[in-house]
Amino acid sequence: MAQFTLPANSRIRKGKVYDAAEGGGETRRVRIYRYDPDSGENPRMDTFILDAHRSGTMVLDVLLKIKDEIDPTLTFRRSCREGICGSCAMNIDGVNTLACTKELADISGDIKVYPLPHMKVVKDLVPDMSHFYAQYAGLEPWLKTQTPTPPDHERLQSRKEREALDGLYECILCACCSTSCPSYWWNSHRYLGPAALLQLYRWIADSRDEATEERLDLVNDAYRLFRCHTIMNCTATCPKGLNPGLAIAKVKRLLAEREV
Amino acid sequence: MHNDNRPLSPHLFIYRPQLTAMLSIIHRGTGAALSGGALLLVIWLLALAASPEAYALTMELLGHWLGLLVLLGITWMGAYHFCNGIRHLVWDTGRCLELSAVYRGGWLVIVMSMILTGLLWGIAFAAMEGS
Repeated sequence: MAQFTLPANSRIRKGKVYDAAEGGGETRRVRIYRYDPDSGENPRMDTFILDAHRSGTMVLDVLLKIKDEIDPTLTFRRSCREGICGSCAMNIDGVNTLACTKELADISGDIKVYPLPHMKVVKDLVPDMSHFYAQYAGLEPWLKTQTPTPPDHERLQSRKEREALDGLYECILCACCSTSCPSYWWNSHRYLGPAALLQLYRWIADSRDEATEERLDLVNDAYRLFRCHTIMNCTATCPKGLNPGLAIAKVKRLLAEREV
Repeated sequence: MHNDNRPLSPHLFIYRPQLTAMLSIIHRGTGAALSGGALLLVIWLLALAASPEAYALTMELLGHWLGLLVLLGITWMGAYHFCNGIRHLVWDTGRCLELSAVYRGGWLVIVMSMILTGLLWGIAFAAMEGS
């Protein structure tokens, strides 16, 4: 049974307020989820008051500014700052997205930043991704073949066969979709979630892969695949504009067609 | 190093309500509530079989504005569950799952459920006037 409220050690307390506005102009309040594993205290929401016009363009700029100038202990993952690595996935303004591609101008009022939802928090905005990655690894996400490799060339694809992978290979495994899915919140111990299932379909759709039956067998289960109730939060939130919900529907359809 | 005392990040109450998730939970909610509606139908049939007095009492209760409100609610829930059920059937074929189609279909279901409810009540009242 799903637990809708947070456990006692996870309830959020009031945090500190840092007034870093340098006077005069318009200010912007940034509210950030903080958790310090060494303190033994519950998580808290800290408020940072900044000058509205000197905070940068993207949410990641604000986080970096706070870390550089106000509180160096603020902890978050980031790497490429251009939406290709997936490190800075977090819940911003109520929706999962990448801090580096989320524009401040698109947020009205306070900027609220939480870690990806329903995940174990390591520190501040850093969730533990171990289970998410283990689920992905469980799919054996590599090309599997039965036929011998052609001796004189690669396994070739037609232009059309290659196009079948568009909208699938671009996934950066940031976990925005899986952690936006209520079904994944309540059943992540057994349900694979949209990110992993999109990747499963990526290999099924690959003309060179010869393990389709085996891959379908793997998810033909009331939980692993069929806990997807087509809620579609996944597709609504994907920062890369991909469609995990559609990929899952295609896997379900392949299974149905195999049964009849 | 594994730390079992790690807090769980907030989820349901910090996530911005989405049309996608809202319509999904309403579908589930209406489905469950309609079981209650079915129970009401059984009560009505039992009263019909029991005695003229029991039937008259049931009709009086259902005819009270509160009873009518409950019936209106059940009608809308049935209409919504029906329309959204069709949406799910279309989805199961792999169609209409682009985000724009998901939103268009969602609003269509909301509007259609209301039109269907109005239509059913219109027919019901017209039939009562006629009899």
